[in-house]
Amino acid sequence: MALLKVENLMVSYGMIQAINGVSFEVNKGEIIAILGANGAGKTTILHTVTGLLSAKSGKIFLADKEITKTPAHKIVEMGMAHVPEGRRIFQELTVYENIMLGAFTRKDKAEIAQSLEQVYSHFPRLKERSRQIAGTLSGGEQQMLAMGRALMSKPTIMLMDEPSMGLSPLYVTEIFNIIKEINQQGTTVLLVEQNAKKALSIADRAYVLETGRIVLDGKASDLMNDDGIKKAYLGE
Amino acid sequence: MSKKKVAEKVKSAVKNKNLHTLLITVIAYVVITALISEGVLSRHYQSLLVPVGINIILAVSLNLTVGFLGELTLGHAGFMSVGAYAGCLFTTYSELPKWVEFPIALVIGGLVAAIFGIIIGIPALRLKGDYLAIVTLAFGEIIRSVINDMEITGGAGGLKGISKYSDYTIVLIVIFLTIVIIRNLVKSKHGRAICSIRDNVIAAESVGVNIVFYKLLAFVLAAFFAGAAGVLYGHNLGILKPGTFDFNKSIEILVIVVLGGMGNITGSVIAAVLVTVLPEVLRELADYRMLIYSIVLIAMMLFNASPKFRAAKNLVTSKIKSGISFAGVKIKSLFIGKRKGTR
Repeated sequence: MALLKVENLMVSYGMIQAINGVSFEVNKGEIIAILGANGAGKTTILHTVTGLLSAKSGKIFLADKEITKTPAHKIVEMGMAHVPEGRRIFQELTVYENIMLGAFTRKDKAEIAQSLEQVYSHFPRLKERSRQIAGTLSGGEQQMLAMGRALMSKPTIMLMDEPSMGLSPLYVTEIFNIIKEINQQGTTVLLVEQNAKKALSIADRAYVLETGRIVLDGKASDLMNDDGIKKAYLGE
Repeated sequence: MSKKKVAEKVKSAVKNKNLHTLLITVIAYVVITALISEGVLSRHYQSLLVPVGINIILAVSLNLTVGFLGELTLGHAGFMSVGAYAGCLFTTYSELPKWVEFPIALVIGGLVAAIFGIIIGIPALRLKGDYLAIVTLAFGEIIRSVINDMEITGGAGGLKGISKYSDYTIVLIVIFLTIVIIRNLVKSKHGRAICSIRDNVIAAESVGVNIVFYKLLAFVLAAFFAGAAGVLYGHNLGILKPGTFDFNKSIEILVIVVLGGMGNITGSVIAAVLVTVLPEVLRELADYRMLIYSIVLIAMMLFNASPKFRAAKNLVTSKIKSGISFAGVKIKSLFIGKRKGTR
């Protein structure tokens, strides 16, 4: 059964058609990557799925419930977390306050404390810096903070927008290892990436997006050996 | 209760910001009372006490929308006027004794302003930045002309014969309540939600903050306190004229907030005192008064923005803070020592 299902999605910004009939599925427990160059519409898809943008037509289902018109804050409650692009953290709040805002929709204090421990075990550095103002963190630490914050909502599925953007190779490897770790603990992951090599190395399946359409999809291992992909995205 | 528990209680009490505020309010009250009875404060400066207090309430409440929510609104004087007229009309027509009717009037003024806050806020908060500023500015101006044309408000001639209930005692109580309520809100989960909207709307939405609700909450609460401040204002002068609640009043409050620092409640309080008292101190300069006033404001802004001045300021505040905690330790040791003695 598909945990997240997107059917024939169309999104436009005014006159400009950004997404032109995209369909894809994410099954429970998978890591799915959506690959594509700048402007292909990757972020637009994520924003539409999470309710930040509204679709022109098409349908989105989360665990068989239609969420096409559900507002963003309700979708979070339904178990979908979103790590926005460009490390959108709350610059002027402390690291701790940022993380706790991730648990905004939850009420049970004991469970929240448990999640906090989990987040700290994934990202020990956040624990060290819990009292620090988030804006003073390094880029990689901010990405970790954004991920930790998303985990605090105890999501069944986590949507990640370009987690490798602007990070040093060392951090990219670390971040991708953690994504894998999070997935192994039972969270489904939908990953949107420009760094195709890294994304394909951890993903089960992938979709390739070009100017608002899906042009290719398949197993990550197959795509890695696809000549077209090699030329266009892997630089080989 | 074990000694440790007592020590912990005292420690948390020393750290409790609400208690600090209460303490400072009481000290302010005692000092003002002493200054008046000793005749240090001239009549002229005594008459400034209530306006200073009203500006503190206005600035702290506007800081909630401008500083913590991060939305620029220019209609604070409008909310103040709506509250002022509602509260003052109530006391004019009711026959209740002062200490019953005045608190009720304050609440009525606040509530009416809050209702207007909801009416304006629901459509206006969809707008961002400059547009919200323009819409709230328009609201302030429209309210002023409506009041000008209404009969019950006395029109342009003003609403006369309002009992002069406001004194520094009641103003201090309202200031205390305003600061405690707004600060506790800001430090709570809901306050974090409000600040998260300021820092990053998309991230706030993606963690599940209901943007519309929290924007409205901050906006309406600020309107409530502005309304209550308006009631104090009317009962201080004894007369309300629509002209006083114009664009300039909104800007004056905004200047206080910016000067005191966005999202800085203590700063708002200090800046409110400075900005209200300064023009009066400069009165002797006659023609040059407003010139000097604006130069001083610009200088203060420049100082506030300079890193060196900030560093010096932080040094001073950290010294004061360590002084307070030192005093706290002293109090604690006194307390525990006393318990030992009783044993």
